[in-house]
Amino acid sequence: MKKIRANALIGGTLIAIVLLVALIAAVWTPYDPLGIDLMSKLKSPSAAHWLGTDEFGRDVLSRAMAGAAASGSIALFTVVGAVLLGTVVGVLAGFVRGWTDRVLMAVNDALLAFPGILLALAVMVIIGASRVGLVLALTLAYAPSVVRVVRGTVLSLREKEYVEASRMIGNPEWVTMARHVLPNCIAPVAVLSTSMFGWVLLSESALSFLGLGVAPPAPTWGNMLSGARSYLETAMWLGLAPGLCIALTLLGINLAGDALRDRLDPRMQ
Amino acid sequence: MSGDNSRFLSVDALRLVAERSGHAVVNDVSFDVKRGEFLAIVGESGSGKTMAARAILGLLPPGIRNTGGRITMDGTDLLALAPEALRALRGAKIGMVFQEPMVSLNPAMRIGAQMAEGLKLHTELDDAQIRERVLAMLARVQIRDPQRCIDAWPHEFSGGMRQRIMLASVMLLKPALLIADEPTTALDTLTQGEVLDLMTELAREQGTAVLLITHNLGLVARYAQRVVVLRQGERVEIGETAQVLRAPAHPYTRQLVDALPRRAPTVARAGTPVPLIEARQLSVAFPTKARGWFGRGGSHTAVDAVDLTVHAGETVAVVGGSGSGKTTLGRAMLRLLPASGGEVRFQGQSVATGGAALHRFRLACQLVFQDPYSSLNPRQRIGEAVREPLRLVPGMSAAQMQARVAEVLDEVGLSGFGRRLPHELSGGQRQRVAIARAIVRRPAFVVADEPVSALDMSIQAQVLALFQSLQKTHGFACLFISHDLAAVEQIADRVVVMEAGRIVEQGSRDDVFDRPQHAYTRALLAAAPVL
Amino acid sequence: MFGYIARRVLMTLPTLLLVAVTVFVLMRLIPGDPVLLMLGDSADAGQIAEAHQQLGLDKTLPLQFAHWLGRVLQGDFGHSISNGQAVLPLILERFQVSASIVLVAVLIAALIAVPAGLIAAWKQDKPLDVAIVGGATLLLSVPSFWLGLLLLLAFGMKLGWLPVVGYVPLTEDFHQGLLYIVLPIVTLALIETGVLTRMSRASAIEVLRLEYVTHARAKGAPESRVLLRHVLPNAFAPTLTLIGLVLGHLLGGIAVLETVFTLPGLGRLLVDAIFARDYPVVQGVLLFTALIYVLINLLVDLCYPLFDPRVAAQ
Repeated sequence: MKKIRANALIGGTLIAIVLLVALIAAVWTPYDPLGIDLMSKLKSPSAAHWLGTDEFGRDVLSRAMAGAAASGSIALFTVVGAVLLGTVVGVLAGFVRGWTDRVLMAVNDALLAFPGILLALAVMVIIGASRVGLVLALTLAYAPSVVRVVRGTVLSLREKEYVEASRMIGNPEWVTMARHVLPNCIAPVAVLSTSMFGWVLLSESALSFLGLGVAPPAPTWGNMLSGARSYLETAMWLGLAPGLCIALTLLGINLAGDALRDRLDPRMQ
Repeated sequence: MSGDNSRFLSVDALRLVAERSGHAVVNDVSFDVKRGEFLAIVGESGSGKTMAARAILGLLPPGIRNTGGRITMDGTDLLALAPEALRALRGAKIGMVFQEPMVSLNPAMRIGAQMAEGLKLHTELDDAQIRERVLAMLARVQIRDPQRCIDAWPHEFSGGMRQRIMLASVMLLKPALLIADEPTTALDTLTQGEVLDLMTELAREQGTAVLLITHNLGLVARYAQRVVVLRQGERVEIGETAQVLRAPAHPYTRQLVDALPRRAPTVARAGTPVPLIEARQLSVAFPTKARGWFGRGGSHTAVDAVDLTVHAGETVAVVGGSGSGKTTLGRAMLRLLPASGGEVRFQGQSVATGGAALHRFRLACQLVFQDPYSSLNPRQRIGEAVREPLRLVPGMSAAQMQARVAEVLDEVGLSGFGRRLPHELSGGQRQRVAIARAIVRRPAFVVADEPVSALDMSIQAQVLALFQSLQKTHGFACLFISHDLAAVEQIADRVVVMEAGRIVEQGSRDDVFDRPQHAYTRALLAAAPVL
Repeated sequence: MFGYIARRVLMTLPTLLLVAVTVFVLMRLIPGDPVLLMLGDSADAGQIAEAHQQLGLDKTLPLQFAHWLGRVLQGDFGHSISNGQAVLPLILERFQVSASIVLVAVLIAALIAVPAGLIAAWKQDKPLDVAIVGGATLLLSVPSFWLGLLLLLAFGMKLGWLPVVGYVPLTEDFHQGLLYIVLPIVTLALIETGVLTRMSRASAIEVLRLEYVTHARAKGAPESRVLLRHVLPNAFAPTLTLIGLVLGHLLGGIAVLETVFTLPGLGRLLVDAIFARDYPVVQGVLLFTALIYVLINLLVDLCYPLFDPRVAAQ
């Protein structure tokens, strides 16, 4: 129990901070994240600019905050989309079975045969660079994992006696599914969602770092790091800040995810 | 009895505590085992019997600590031994057989290697000698083809065979004490008897003392010379088996003994000549996987052309070992499984076709499942679970449903439990909910599939009694499926014996129990541990 | 056993086919004339006409796919628009760079992670376990490209021990080549150690609960034997599966590290090709990577029976 509490506490705090910052950034940042001020370029952290400025004189802190909002919203939409899409397909495949299941799983396996980022890249090439495109691409890349988990859960739940009992009472199949199977899928999906949020965040950062995600000047932690490369030695804060943000957010997600998994583990109860 | 029959193993005032809660799992328990004797430790869940046994070997799970007492074997205090010395004793002097045969053998190691391990650790024998002994022991425990067995993997063997291999493996080292922790609980009645008989024989041959941990008083009566009764971590009684069971000194022991199902005189029923449910030439076959790419899949006949009739208000028990087809029969009669031949008739009408006839059939029949831990939706409150079947009854208002639910919960002794979730209830309470759910629509026919097998003994008695009283009140017919002949003896009017998908014997309870005709029936009766 | 191998191999074929279909479909979904996409804007009329015929654009889609697949199976992945090179040899050349780094890194990670996870599980909840889990979680939370940048900063720029840009194949100059790939390998190995340690620990914990472990102890086996002979073989299988997944995932994600360390690897090839609209290369890399991923998973599946004999019996 102590372990769960420690994980949840630290993880939750980190996530809460990031969330708060992202929400604030949606309405206010100390400076305009896009505001160029060539007079104050490449200044190291000071009272005026807590995290310094970049090569265009833009305030790094404001950009980091805006980046939180950007990356966070993309990741959020992606996870919601992937979970919805994946759950519908997974439940359908697992419950209906037969040819529907086989076809859906064949397509799913084909998609899973591509490493996540690759598929997202391919889709981005088709759709073109844009935030919407990025969300769509990432959703398509990660939905197959959800499908697999949901289908697996549904398959095992179908054998449970209370599902049989529901049929025994005379409930039509869809009632059995909605009332008895779906609610018990929530736990594994919740655990997967937390991990997925981390993966998506990382993928988006990687894509933006490569120049294939969110394009500058709009800031996201990934493309900020990309811009920092040229100034690695001379302006270290440019490289430290965005990376640290990503690392701390991911750490928070991982710890909270661990706490959630332990909490939902039937053996711990 | 020679003077050497001194206390060979002595447990004095043993105290084990759960670290997290500080709760005493074993509290000041003392008993002793004489050389070569068979002692049983009896108790229900939470009695601490397993922990006490594990303490002897120093194999307590993380989280349980020894805080007091001594365990002496031949003068040596086992609790004070250094790890090295203790390890030397394990296996060589004290052997242990566990409960779950499916996980007690390492799936990634061949049988021969696992059996040889003990000998390699404790003796100086070379590989050839070890192999010889292993083969001899495997033959002794009646494993066919020991040569092949040595190179085989655990998953190739059934539960009963794995327990025998386990036994062989442990007895190879000729330990002075064998601790058997519920070794047959996971096996069916016939196999139980075989394994325990084997264990007793081997122990006698080698002069090994046996410490049997069990919750089954019937087994105790049959095999143990002396018995220790534990309850909630404390010893409540100790003595010669015959004495303790005949005239128990402690009220708890008396409760356990009384909980053993007894045969009550048959109630003469006003004969209803019209059968309620009839299975005619019912067959159920499952397709088996096709072998290879070009072989055709075969089929496995679980139920083979069975004729069975259940009259209104009577209880018919279906007994048999695992694989006899009794569970499949029950489900097929309820149309939960498709039949591959024959038909089922309800109140004279066939229910083969769907639609209205099937719907009426569904409303009138119910099933009580075996496993109280998976028959209830963990997210559904008890009240809702019991109410759900009523939603399909046409013309029942919400208020009527509420009233009926309250009534039924009261009948099963769980009034006021409506808002609780399954995990807040014990196994026995969950089973009552399952029964409540089954009778809430006042069915005419209930199939009970091993409803008490997973419960503690005293709870079993309570649930069986509840079942009987409900039947008396509401008059539903019941198909009681079980491998436990003792429970059946108490509750059944008629008994049907199944083997390999066929009915081999049927008749009134008294006839089948007192004058069994078929060899299989006789074997089942002989294997059933009774007082 | 051979039946199992044969079955597994045969089961991959439909997946491979589907992968090919998916790549084909994806590429055709790119807006624009397929011919111009394949040849680039600077193609002349003659080339366009020839390509039209070759791609069989007048024929039905399934037939186009069949033609395309036929060429692919013969090793003809088309030609790069940027430099006219044949795509497949180009991919193979770059793949060697990426693969060498990924394989060595994952190997090192596995060699550290498996024992670390085992020990952590053995001492569950004690300080050593908490330290190992904490360390692993920290490591896997760090983005690889950031860690790479930091290490580059520290060892390349500040300390000057290792080169900052460039690459020399090991086959040409072992010593020099080594210097260039040390940092990327270390970066990757650190992160993957975190990932693998957690899985290794989790599966070891599961196995330690099982009765046959207690039984081994009851026989009097010393802890070292219990851990090595009884726990490890049974606990390794899930970690093996994860290694397969990780290898596949890195095939895609290696692009970032190759960017940081300016290595001429497969990931970088893909990214450059996307920027240059060099679609034959993009298509080729997608197909090739998916193929390798499927093969890796096949290999993992084939190794499974070594650790869990029950699998081959099915």
